[in-house]
This record gives sequence, C-alpha cells and structure tokens, in this order.
Amino acid sequence: MAGTALPGRLTWQLAELVEVVVETPRVKTIVFDVPGWPGHRAGQHVDIRLTAEDGYQAERSFSIASARDGSRVALTVQRLEDGEVSPYLTDELQPGDKIELRGPIGGYFVWEPSDGGPLMLVAGGSGIVPLAAMIRTRAAAADDTETRLLYSSRSQDDVIYRDELERLSGNGLTVVHALTDSQPPGWTGYARRVDAEMLAEVAPSPAEEPRFYACGPTPFVEAVAEALVRLGHDPLAIKTERFGPTGR
Amino acid sequence: MDELMLDGNAIAGLLQEVFAVEMTTAVGTCGGCGAPGPVGAVHVYRGAGSVLRCPHCGNALAKIVKRDSQVWIDLTGIRTLELTV
Repeated sequence: MAGTALPGRLTWQLAELVEVVVETPRVKTIVFDVPGWPGHRAGQHVDIRLTAEDGYQAERSFSIASARDGSRVALTVQRLEDGEVSPYLTDELQPGDKIELRGPIGGYFVWEPSDGGPLMLVAGGSGIVPLAAMIRTRAAAADDTETRLLYSSRSQDDVIYRDELERLSGNGLTVVHALTDSQPPGWTGYARRVDAEMLAEVAPSPAEEPRFYACGPTPFVEAVAEALVRLGHDPLAIKTERFGPTGR
Repeated sequence: MDELMLDGNAIAGLLQEVFAVEMTTAVGTCGGCGAPGPVGAVHVYRGAGSVLRCPHCGNALAKIVKRDSQVWIDLTGIRTLELTV
C-alpha cells in the first residue's frame, strides 16, 4: 500500500495473522497486522486471495469486524464445509502466517458516527460482522447515537460476540435476540424468524426516520427489506448486504 | 427470489480494480426504467462473470467478465454513471 499507491487503486499486500479468537463452534475471528493499513470505516470489507501451488487462485470478500485500530484488522469467518477459502482461514492458518489481502473496500454499506441515527441494525447469523464493526466504532468514539440491533441466530450457542454485545448495551444501544431453532430454558425473547411484526416492535417508527443496515443470507435480507418497506420505511434508508445462500 | 443474488457491495473490489475509484457510492441510472440508484444497491449475479441488474426493473445494467489480467465490460444497460473522482 505505502505512499506510492495511487488513491483508490487497490493493491494486494501481505498481512500477518497475529491472533485467533474462537467465537462459536463454527466461527472464528482472525486478526491481521497489515503494514501501512490506511484505516477503514465500519461496514467496509477486504478481499482475500489464496494461491495454490499449481497457480489456482481463489478470491473471497470478508467484512471487517473491528473498529479502526492502527494496523490491526479483524475478520470474523464462518467455516463453510464446502468452502474453498473459509476452512483454510479457520483451520489451517496459524499466527505468524501471511496471506494476500486488499482493502479497505466499499463505501455504500458504511456507517460513521457523524452519519447519525437512529440506527437500526438487522443481522442474520454471521451477518452480524459488519454491524458489529458499527457498534464497536460507535463505542470507541463514545458516540451515543440511538442504536437498536435485532440479531437472528439459530441457537444461543451460535450467537457471535454474545458477551461483548451484552457489555456494550446501554448508552443508547439496545440488543434484541431472536433464536430461530432452539432456545435455552427460560428464554423469554423471540423464538422465530425475523418478520414484519417483530421489526415493527423493535425498530423505530417511520416518523423517526431510522437508517437501516441489514446483513445476512440473501433470503433473510430479502425478507427484512420487503417487510420494512411494507411497514412504511423509506426504501432509500434501507442498506443491505446479502451474502448468498450460505454465507461467505 | 434467487438465493444467489448479491449486492453491488459484493463486487466492490472488482469495480475498484476496473475504475480505480470506489464505485459502490456512484449513482447509476438504469437504461431500462430510468431509475437512479447507488451501485452498491444493484443486484449482482455471479457466474463465469458478474451481471449487475437494476433492483427496480431487473434490466441488465452491466456485465463484467475477468480472466487473468483481462477484463471485458458491457455497459449497454446503464444510461449514466455519476461518481466522485
């Protein structure tokens, strides 16, 4: 990257893995040190490129999970059984190993404290990752923008960043979980998929002009976006990031 | 609804590689229905290449195929593209 790179021009560079955090049985956070990293905005992503010995290359995009923090960039990766890239990142890569990465990328699905709110974040599974970057950025800036997170997971064990989200709650942040497949004993929260009724209960009203960021599998995001429009929210205030049928 | 559909965000890296500026905040106007909107919000279908479709009318805005260091781009479905340079 360095000072020689043209503004806007993306270049591949080597990033060193410095830390691995196990989030759930299928999800890990991998933290890289990226020399010369220019900083990023919450919601941006990086591309990762793996090259096999025979020259075959596989490229994938991963949302940045962390708030801006010098040359450190954290990605949270869900292991996909038939994935070309994610099993390598979650199972093979060891601290000290280097991979090719480029970024930060994207400017549309991005939020900064100066954008204001109220902010309504809707996550399905690992769709929480770019939204967590927004929540972390908000916390790091001691920003008190009214923020609500509606986060759908299969079970409590599948909730990524569970403790941290609880810790960051308050100061204008409300976290609401929906557990679709199984619920722990005594669960009083939502026990179904996100639907229009749930969004009407959790989201600010259309009159409050909330900014929406919805991220998750394509069918999840489609359902959320359609329900929000039906509830009377401005389609232009609904930003979406779909990551396909299974995640990425 | 197609489960394989993605957003313009998903090819932000490829677009930035081609245009050398951040493209998801650029506003494209559909050559089919005339609706303007940010590139990050278009629908993207990936196969041998990427097809960008208008989220309002489904018109194919652009097709991009990359092979090694060559990129082929068909922009016939986009009327205008407005971006910050």
